[in-house]
Amino acid sequence: MIPAAFEYERAGSVDEAVALLGRDEDAKLLAGGHSLIPAMRLRFSRPSLLVDIGRLDDLRYVRESRDRIAIGALTRHAQLVRDPLLREHCPLIGEAAALIGDPQVRHRGTIGGSVAHGDPASDLGTILLTLDAELVARGLQGERTIPAAAFFTGPFDNALEHQEILTEIRVPKAAGTYLKYVRRAHDWATVGVAAARVDGRVHVGLTSMGPTPLRARNVEDALADGASPADAAARAADDTDPPADASASAEYRTHLAQVLVRRALERL
Amino acid sequence: MTRIALTVNGSRCEADVEPRQLLAYFLRDQQGLKGTNVGCDTTSCGACTVLVDGESVKSCTVFAVQADGCEVTTVEGLAQGGELHPVQQAFHEQHALQCGYCTPGFVMATISLLLENPDPSEAEIRDGLEGNLCRCTGYHNIVKAVQAAARAGA
Repeated sequence: MIPAAFEYERAGSVDEAVALLGRDEDAKLLAGGHSLIPAMRLRFSRPSLLVDIGRLDDLRYVRESRDRIAIGALTRHAQLVRDPLLREHCPLIGEAAALIGDPQVRHRGTIGGSVAHGDPASDLGTILLTLDAELVARGLQGERTIPAAAFFTGPFDNALEHQEILTEIRVPKAAGTYLKYVRRAHDWATVGVAAARVDGRVHVGLTSMGPTPLRARNVEDALADGASPADAAARAADDTDPPADASASAEYRTHLAQVLVRRALERL
Repeated sequence: MTRIALTVNGSRCEADVEPRQLLAYFLRDQQGLKGTNVGCDTTSCGACTVLVDGESVKSCTVFAVQADGCEVTTVEGLAQGGELHPVQQAFHEQHALQCGYCTPGFVMATISLLLENPDPSEAEIRDGLEGNLCRCTGYHNIVKAVQAAARAGA
């Protein structure tokens, strides 16, 4: 399975990549390539120009920035798993990254590429939404910050402009946990559930329960009103739109979300 | 065509490639290194695993242009002076294969695993080789081979 032909440019800086994207309305960014290349091989995706940002090593970092942790968009999953700052201040990220694909995938895949790809079955999008992360993007008009709640606009879509590049992700220091149910090794989540304590409130996020990552707002409100984990978890599938596919029916996902939310809350 | 220059199994090589050329096919068809098998072509089976700058990757999911300037190691680059690499030797001694199709990928994934974790538990070995599929042996002897290679200090 060979991808359709495309032009290839390797960008030496973010600004150069922004400019290169302007050359072609069907251009796409190549980071780690572990969502894009499989899609191109199946010809689901046929960009006419690939702008390779995979060598922009200055976008690979994890650092403390006041009360938050800043993660460079090209930080690979394997780095997220072993990073000591994340382990100490935001263990949810490494815990979820360790469940993505397999070691070979984690050596190449990046946090920015993963969330910009916008697969509703991917794990890190749910984590960022649950943490109320901020996504920093650079484009023709300079830099702007997009709240995670505004970033995920639809399946395989996001709030970035065509000539805009995700450069950094900022997350709060928070305790949390991520539970992912899969039927086979290195599969996407049938359902995933994130739970975290952010600024004294419990946040709950869901993977594979709709066209984008979702927050289980009714669960959060019930907990804030003093409900038990089991009672709050009964609301896990409220306002969701779970898909039915080869892995599971919508009814099964509804059931699974409630079970996993209860377990995540009990672990938190 | 795009000009790339990389190191393959310790030898410097330069080549013109189409940007859509995947590393697996570059190694097999342009470099004649047929030890890197393509099993599934969907980033699932791990048969095409090679090392890029010392880390395991599935070479069916990397464009050759992305390996420009990198150091690539395939199964052909392991034996030195007629001596098998300790991981190859362990797979041989523990009979960690039947048909052998997945073996180069398992050997490369094992080398990467042991570089990151020189003394893995059985669970860590099974997790660490999650990206490689064998349809013959049921993994038991593969795990034994990895344990033997770790003991041998591979």
